Amino acid sequence: MDLAFSIILGGLLIGGIYSLVSMGLSLQYGVAKVLNIAHGEFLMVGAFLTFWLHHNGVDPLVTVLIVGPLMFVIGFVLYRFVFNTIRRKTPNPGVFESNSMLASFGFLFIVQNIAVLIWGTTPQSYAYLSGAVSIGGSLFNENRLVAAAFAIAIGTAFYLFLARTRTGKAIRAAAQDASIAGLMGVNINNTLSLCFGFGAAMAGVAGSLISICYPIYTTMGLGYTLIAIVVVTLGGLGSIPGSFIGGFILGVIGTGVTAWEPGLSVAAYYIIFILLLLLRPKGIMGK
Amino acid sequence: MSLSTINWKQLARKAGVPMVLLIAVAFLPLYGPGYTVTMFTYFLEYTILSISWMIFSGSTGYISLATAAFYGIGIYTAALLGETLPLFIVVIVGGLASAAIAFVVGAITLRLRGIYFAMFTFGLVLLLKEVIYFWEIDITGTRGRFVVLQSNETIFYYLLGIFIVTMVATILLKRSKYGLALASIGLNEEAAAHSGINVTMVKVLTYALSAVFMGAVGVIMATKLTYVDPGVAFNPMMSFSPALMAIFGGMGSLYGPIVGSVLFTYIQELLTTGVLKNYYMLIFGAILVATILYLPNGIMGLAQNLWKRIGGMRAHTRG
Repeated sequence: MDLAFSIILGGLLIGGIYSLVSMGLSLQYGVAKVLNIAHGEFLMVGAFLTFWLHHNGVDPLVTVLIVGPLMFVIGFVLYRFVFNTIRRKTPNPGVFESNSMLASFGFLFIVQNIAVLIWGTTPQSYAYLSGAVSIGGSLFNENRLVAAAFAIAIGTAFYLFLARTRTGKAIRAAAQDASIAGLMGVNINNTLSLCFGFGAAMAGVAGSLISICYPIYTTMGLGYTLIAIVVVTLGGLGSIPGSFIGGFILGVIGTGVTAWEPGLSVAAYYIIFILLLLLRPKGIMGK
Repeated sequence: MSLSTINWKQLARKAGVPMVLLIAVAFLPLYGPGYTVTMFTYFLEYTILSISWMIFSGSTGYISLATAAFYGIGIYTAALLGETLPLFIVVIVGGLASAAIAFVVGAITLRLRGIYFAMFTFGLVLLLKEVIYFWEIDITGTRGRFVVLQSNETIFYYLLGIFIVTMVATILLKRSKYGLALASIGLNEEAAAHSGINVTMVKVLTYALSAVFMGAVGVIMATKLTYVDPGVAFNPMMSFSPALMAIFGGMGSLYGPIVGSVLFTYIQELLTTGVLKNYYMLIFGAILVATILYLPNGIMGLAQNLWKRIGGMRAHTRG
């Protein structure tokens, strides 16, 4: 019973971060139609920037304010100059999806290689709020609670932004049908670039939050990308709330499988992915 | 086709140059230095992989990233059976084992949208790696296996044999009604289904066929390795390199992947052995992005365009 409780709570804590990463990918893939395999690399860069800034005396939670906007700009520019060009050159959406996915693999190699050249391959970590808190008999580090709270706060804030603002409405319209949204007067190039930028910013911020509670290493990105892809499929393509909820579900499942047999966590995600695609390809919140 | 209907002149013109090249390559171990033979081994390896990738992904537009999985299955077949069975049988078993897995994976996933198929196949490589690691460490308590070594000449001639079989199979496939079905699936799958093609069956069978060659190459290349573990056998780069080589060379004709593989393997060799060793992945990524941005039809497409333009200019000055 205690074990079950600690698995569920631990799963929800990491799930908050998975949600943030997956909402980012949901914007990039669900709306901008780029299955960005380099998504996790933004996360890794965010984590290492935080590590570096912390090393120079900046509070890790403050670095979120630096990492987020920086990643946003990088993502925005990347979409504007690379993926948009691919979109204009490809004959149909299917070809655009495959080509942009292959290009994002290219970015994965580029970013990871640069990161390895700068930071090496050894795992890094630092101590921050590492006191333990007891919840219902299980011990959790303070930093995990803070990270999860931050992740949930950012996720909720973004949801409100989507639901309440004009730009948010444009993004939701583009998620339904980008070309028709364009005909209705939404500046589609701008909106899709914004989505890609927001996605990158969320990955970067998630990286900052991960760095305060877990060891970080330069090859960590792909694992998070794969989790995000499963979550986005689980939550339903283009559904931001779906990704938010899906992140928690996968967090709990992942923590459970890891507690039972660490060697099989990828296998578990893969099986979830297969079952989802076969039984409910629309996801839990898809229409 | 009876002998009298073959247009011998045309055949000689079309097949003559490739035949002469093939014969020159076939006798390479007799006159070439050892290093050249090794280099050509890699040329053949990647050419077979990228052509068999193109058979399926090039014509249907479904991007498969499972090349490393089928190649790895071949490597593991060699590790498991290499000591008990003759090499020739192991090659066939490896190819068939890969085809069987490809058939199952294809039957499950080829009804899905292309992008899910791509992710699914990429996941397959990671899945096999993790499950075999788990199996070796937790169940059998060993890690890694040894493979019986073969001489460089044996490896070279086996690869040459697989290369010829792959080429013949590809050409026959392209000319058959299945080739036409594949091409029409690539152009418009719905229209293909409406005109009476069993699209799922054509896709699954072609996918399985392409995996045969990948598995067979895996068996042969394993005999160069001596020691294999899942990390060596299921290296995701083996999924990307053949795809990049085929796109880089151009998928409009059979020569594209060959040109792409030879050029790219050479670049790879130069980069990984030279001073730029640490930048290899960086350059690989940059070439991948640049190819998709600027060379969507590959080098052969670019060459054709230039040729047309030159031809056009000539016509203009003449007229």
